[in-house]
Amino acid sequence: MSILETRNLTAFYGDFQALYGIDFRLEEGETVAVIGSNGAGKSTFLRTLTGLNAAASDSVVLAGQPIGGLPAHRIVGLGLALVPEGRRLFPSLTVEENLLVGAYSGRKGPWSLERLYKLFPILAERRHNPGTALSGGQQQMVAIGRALMSNPQVLLCDELSLGLAPIVIRDIYAALPGIKAEGCSVVVVEQDVSQAMNVADRLYCFQEGRVSLEGRPDDLTREQISLAYFGV
Amino acid sequence: MGEWINTILQGLLLGGLYSLFATGLALSFGIMRMINIAHGDFAILAAFAAIAVVEPLGLDPFVVLLLIVPLMAGFGYVLQRIILNRTLGQDILPPLLVTFGMSIIIQNLLLVAFSADTRSLSVGELGIASVPLGGDVAVGVFPLIVMAVAVAVLGGLQWLFSATPLGRAFRAASDDREVAQLMGIDNRHIYGVAMAIAMGIVAIAGVFLAIRANINPTEGPARLLYAFEAVIIGGLGSLWGTLAGGVILGVAQTIGGKLDPGWGILAGHLAFLAVLVVKPNGLFPRTRER
Amino acid sequence: MNTAVIQRATRASRIGAIVGVLLVLAAISMPWWAERSSQRLAAEFLYTLALAQMWNLLAGYGGLLSVGQQAFIGLGGYSLVLFGLQAGINPFLIVPLAGLITGLIAVPTAAIVFRLRGAYFAVGTWVVAEVFRLLIANTTSLGGGSGTSITSTVIGIPAWWRESLTLWMALALGAGATLAVYLLLRSRHGLALTAVRDSEPAAESLGISVKRIKWFVYIASAVGCGMAGALIFITKLRIAPEAAFSIDWTATMFFVVVIGGIGTIEGPIVGTLVFFILRELLSDYGTWYMIILGSVAVAFMLWIPRGIWGLVGGRFDMHFFPVQRRLKLPEPQSNNKEE
Ligand SMILES: Nc1ncnc2c1ncn2[C@@H]1O[C@H](COP(=O)(O)OP(=O)(O)OP(=O)(O)O)[C@@H](O)[C@H]1O
Ligand SMILES: [Mg+2]
Repeated sequence: MSILETRNLTAFYGDFQALYGIDFRLEEGETVAVIGSNGAGKSTFLRTLTGLNAAASDSVVLAGQPIGGLPAHRIVGLGLALVPEGRRLFPSLTVEENLLVGAYSGRKGPWSLERLYKLFPILAERRHNPGTALSGGQQQMVAIGRALMSNPQVLLCDELSLGLAPIVIRDIYAALPGIKAEGCSVVVVEQDVSQAMNVADRLYCFQEGRVSLEGRPDDLTREQISLAYFGV
Repeated sequence: MGEWINTILQGLLLGGLYSLFATGLALSFGIMRMINIAHGDFAILAAFAAIAVVEPLGLDPFVVLLLIVPLMAGFGYVLQRIILNRTLGQDILPPLLVTFGMSIIIQNLLLVAFSADTRSLSVGELGIASVPLGGDVAVGVFPLIVMAVAVAVLGGLQWLFSATPLGRAFRAASDDREVAQLMGIDNRHIYGVAMAIAMGIVAIAGVFLAIRANINPTEGPARLLYAFEAVIIGGLGSLWGTLAGGVILGVAQTIGGKLDPGWGILAGHLAFLAVLVVKPNGLFPRTRER
Repeated sequence: MNTAVIQRATRASRIGAIVGVLLVLAAISMPWWAERSSQRLAAEFLYTLALAQMWNLLAGYGGLLSVGQQAFIGLGGYSLVLFGLQAGINPFLIVPLAGLITGLIAVPTAAIVFRLRGAYFAVGTWVVAEVFRLLIANTTSLGGGSGTSITSTVIGIPAWWRESLTLWMALALGAGATLAVYLLLRSRHGLALTAVRDSEPAAESLGISVKRIKWFVYIASAVGCGMAGALIFITKLRIAPEAAFSIDWTATMFFVVVIGGIGTIEGPIVGTLVFFILRELLSDYGTWYMIILGSVAVAFMLWIPRGIWGLVGGRFDMHFFPVQRRLKLPEPQSNNKEE
């Protein structure tokens, strides 16, 4: 059974339709990448999954349970966490408080402050700094840690690599296996196609609010991807 | 000389009362980013509710607080959930206008129920007792109690904000409403709780005011203005700043009033405007958002 | 005929212009055909409209939510004491003079209150109004806290002239304020003003000086309120700080504009009408009247935030004062909605 599935998912901003009938599936233990150019609807997709944008009830199913249309604050408690685009740490909270607030939903699971500090030791050193005083890469670690503190079944990551140096990106992605080892399935949204191909078991390409391509990285040709990505 | 010291001490302690008025306002500023124009009217409402209970039952005003504070807090929660949450958003007009309307409604309901006469609460001996400090300098016991309560309330809030999950949720919701939801925080509930706390505190302020002085149904707006001034003087987002702001306002008012009885309140306003001109972000600013 | 034309006049606006002119003519001639009591009511209606338009300009277009416009009404009223009672100038000449004075006072006032933003600005303006009230209440030469009679300023003016001049001036203010806002919005600055209303950052990025616009709107509104204030107290013949600087003035403006429809020119007209109708219907209920007004305002804000005109004008796409430029496309209809 898929851990997360969408059927004919649509999303709107006022009159503007941002997603057209997305069919998507994530198997347990899988890492799926969503790629696509600017404005393709990737962030909108993740926002709709987490309840920040409205969705029809049975268009999103998490572990067999329809969660579409539930308010965002309920969905976290069911095990779906988002690392938002641009990290968006709480500026008036310290690193540790940012992590602790991530556990607000009270969902039980393997993640704790200690476990996180083992995953990202640098955060333990900076625990009493304001989150926003950290470097971009460290902030990304806090954002990931904050999401993990809710012990999600599925972790959604929106452009982890945004604005980071290649070496930092590598460090961040190096944490993924450890996260998956705790029984978490992962969706990563990336604009960086080769990065996505490296980490993903499968990938979806979005174009103007539609899925333009789906498959295993090894089965897809460069031409197929660039066609699906740019639409030319 | 002793007379002036007394005046300044009175002003300092008056600051405790103003700080109680200001904290509730600062809370709703800080967390909901809304300003409750009816804030002072809720204080007066609480005071009249206390009067209505104390007079027939002959209860002690301090005991009545145990009744009024939870009552007002519950009322605040319901009000926020049912009405005020619907007004929150990008546009600042709806919360402003809705609370402005409430201010008018409360004042006039109180006029209907209690007439325009001034009323007060009596705590007997305690109301006039004072502690001599040597020479002809003395401070009132009741103002000291008010100050102690104000400090305790601020200390309690400080603890709440820095050391509890609820406090973190408050700060998170204030920083970023959307991401707060992703943490499992139900903003509507959090705002309700914040308003409950604000109302509980302002209820204490209202009852203390009625013990200290005569009140009438239409003086809520004046109380709102003092509270607002204390918040801005202290610096937005700064909890202890409201105490500093309240004290500065209190001292300015008592000194002004001593020079000329008609000048007390004016001196307070002028002190506020002076701070605004010299330090637009207040004396101890935390957040830059205005 | 294949070009798009920018069109501003609508059928409603042409009807509106005709009706408007007729109404103005009727109002001007009132002294010859109407009873004195209806004249007074008309004057009151017109200066209330003027106040509402000023607040609408400020809050609905300038995004400046002032709760302190009573400052300028009060100062306008007290111009009568200073220039009429003490300097002996004809009260009707003081009306424009009061506008000048309040405009001047608005400059340093703006410098202070503009340090606050949004809701804080609102309460800040209220504090300023209180400062003016207390300053005047503490000035014995202006009558102090208990106020003063200003009847002697109108002595010597025949009753007919007094009533008629009051009405005409109220008309000049009410119709003038409406027309002024209309012309302002149609002018080059109107676009800037609307941009500021819709989104300050966006306006800023278009190179519009949001700051300059806010200054202008604030001062213009102070001038309007000052003139109205002077006229109001000519009709009342007695002035006291409590009444002159009462928050009730701003409450009325708030009420009228929100009920009518904020950010539209028609809104304040509709709102003033509703306000007067409610007052006639409910004035016997005393305190309950205020409770009902407050509740109506709250209910509107919660359920009909765009006001009556927003509802009606929006539904029928009707604009008596077309200020937006409307794109009329040639034959094949685009399905893009116009703004
Ligand atoms: N708040 C919003 N209001 C209106 N339209 C929006 C909003 N957010 C996004 N859009 C539009 O929805 C479409 C999809 O945007 P989205 O942010 O999901 O794209 P994306 O694939 O995440 O792009 P990027 O790679 O730039 O992050 C775009 O056309 C965008 O302009
Ligand atoms: Mg995106």
